[in-house]
Amino acid sequence: MLDLEFMRLAFGAGIVVGLLAPAVGFFLVQRRLSLVGDGVGHVAFAGVALGYLLNLPLVLTALVVSVIGGLSIEWIRARRRNAGDQALALIFYTGIAGGVVLVSAAGALNVNLFQFLFGSILTVTRSDLAVIAALGAGALVVITMLYRPLVAVVVDEEGARVAGLPVGALNSLTVVLAAVTIALSMRVVGILLIAALMVLPVIAASRIAWSMRSTILLGMAIGLGSVLAGITIAYYADLPPGGTTVLVAAATVLLAESWSAVRG
Amino acid sequence: MSLALRLRGVTFGYGHAAPVLRNVDLDVQQGEFVAIAGPNGGGKTTLVRLIVGLEHPTSGRVELDVDNVGYLPQRAQAGIDAPLTVRELVTAGRASRTRLIGPLGAADREAVRAAVDRVGLAPQADRRLSTLSGGQQQRAFIAKALAGEPELLVLDEPTTGVDVEAQEAIAELLQQLRSELAMTILYVSHEFGAVEEFVKRIVLVRGEIVFDGPPSALPGVWHDPSHTHA
Repeated sequence: MLDLEFMRLAFGAGIVVGLLAPAVGFFLVQRRLSLVGDGVGHVAFAGVALGYLLNLPLVLTALVVSVIGGLSIEWIRARRRNAGDQALALIFYTGIAGGVVLVSAAGALNVNLFQFLFGSILTVTRSDLAVIAALGAGALVVITMLYRPLVAVVVDEEGARVAGLPVGALNSLTVVLAAVTIALSMRVVGILLIAALMVLPVIAASRIAWSMRSTILLGMAIGLGSVLAGITIAYYADLPPGGTTVLVAAATVLLAESWSAVRG
Repeated sequence: MSLALRLRGVTFGYGHAAPVLRNVDLDVQQGEFVAIAGPNGGGKTTLVRLIVGLEHPTSGRVELDVDNVGYLPQRAQAGIDAPLTVRELVTAGRASRTRLIGPLGAADREAVRAAVDRVGLAPQADRRLSTLSGGQQQRAFIAKALAGEPELLVLDEPTTGVDVEAQEAIAELLQQLRSELAMTILYVSHEFGAVEEFVKRIVLVRGEIVFDGPPSALPGVWHDPSHTHA
């Protein structure tokens, strides 16, 4: 399997996304904003469509539009208490509808959008991998450097505000990291499934971890394992890699729940 | 003695509703221990949220002459579902004193350890918060507030939902903080029996400040500060 270059590239991209998605997802899940990944994913679809319309690199346009969408969600959420789900609904549907209209305007409704909606990891090129690795490493470095203040905000947002931390900037950073993760994961699991890879490994990890730090690290390990297992199973069973990866991640949640129930 | 905080003519209401607090004037000296009492819905929590900066007055001024504020909100609980150890919780409270970027330094780790020690939770430092009793969890949150080495400590109903023994332990801890660290403490409660014996000043809030003085001067009808009669 690893004799094939496209498989080596697929595993390379999968390793980056498998590690990054749960690391970013941890901060969304703990802030009970699990669906932000979904909302930003739908906005990324509009970004892909814009790329077709303007004939620009699709990852770039998806990244820019996702960041704007993510910041919009956070802006609405921060100004209207308890309006997080309404902000998501607004951005979610605007993104998908905008994507359809833009793709249609670009005369590209018949292009194979499936590869962006559900991933096409086996078509990752060397230059794709270079972009994914650079963006992914950058995002992981940012999380590592700002780990303490990011954690202080998720543990107690009001306490962090009283302590004088730049809570608004840190929350905005979290959604920007989510947008970056989604843009670079489009080719791996697709924009409709990436949110699952941000959320499911964290849920599984929180059932078996013993501390917050171990939850993040276990989540990253489960994310990585899910991607590697998903690609391998998909290769031998001739299944779609994106969907298979997410099903493996979902299975880890069930296993972790069972283990947690047995442990008591 | 200098002022730790000063409120002048503070009025506050949520949205277009009638004001929760009207024309509040309050001075607190540095090192004072002040109990803030009153009936539920009287505006105690709103008053401290204004003091710590989580709300902004509709009119009037809130002035703080302290650099660091420790705040224990009502019914404090960690905002996360993931397992969280006592040490991790308390470390989150140190974030105000450390540089934003990079790992925790040795002095900060020592400050976290000292805060955990002070509330008597050293043996439980690496245990998950969810495995501790209600009183121990409350002490862990107080340690979080202490980790930033605050000059002003604001505690909103810190003994709600904990047993009498835990209430006494928290009261004893607060007395130590006042006597050993000369910390300014605002203690909010709708009943304050546990701290009444050593607190020297009580502020009663019922939409406005209706009493401000020593417990001994409290009019008889207000000895139960949760009462709702005028």
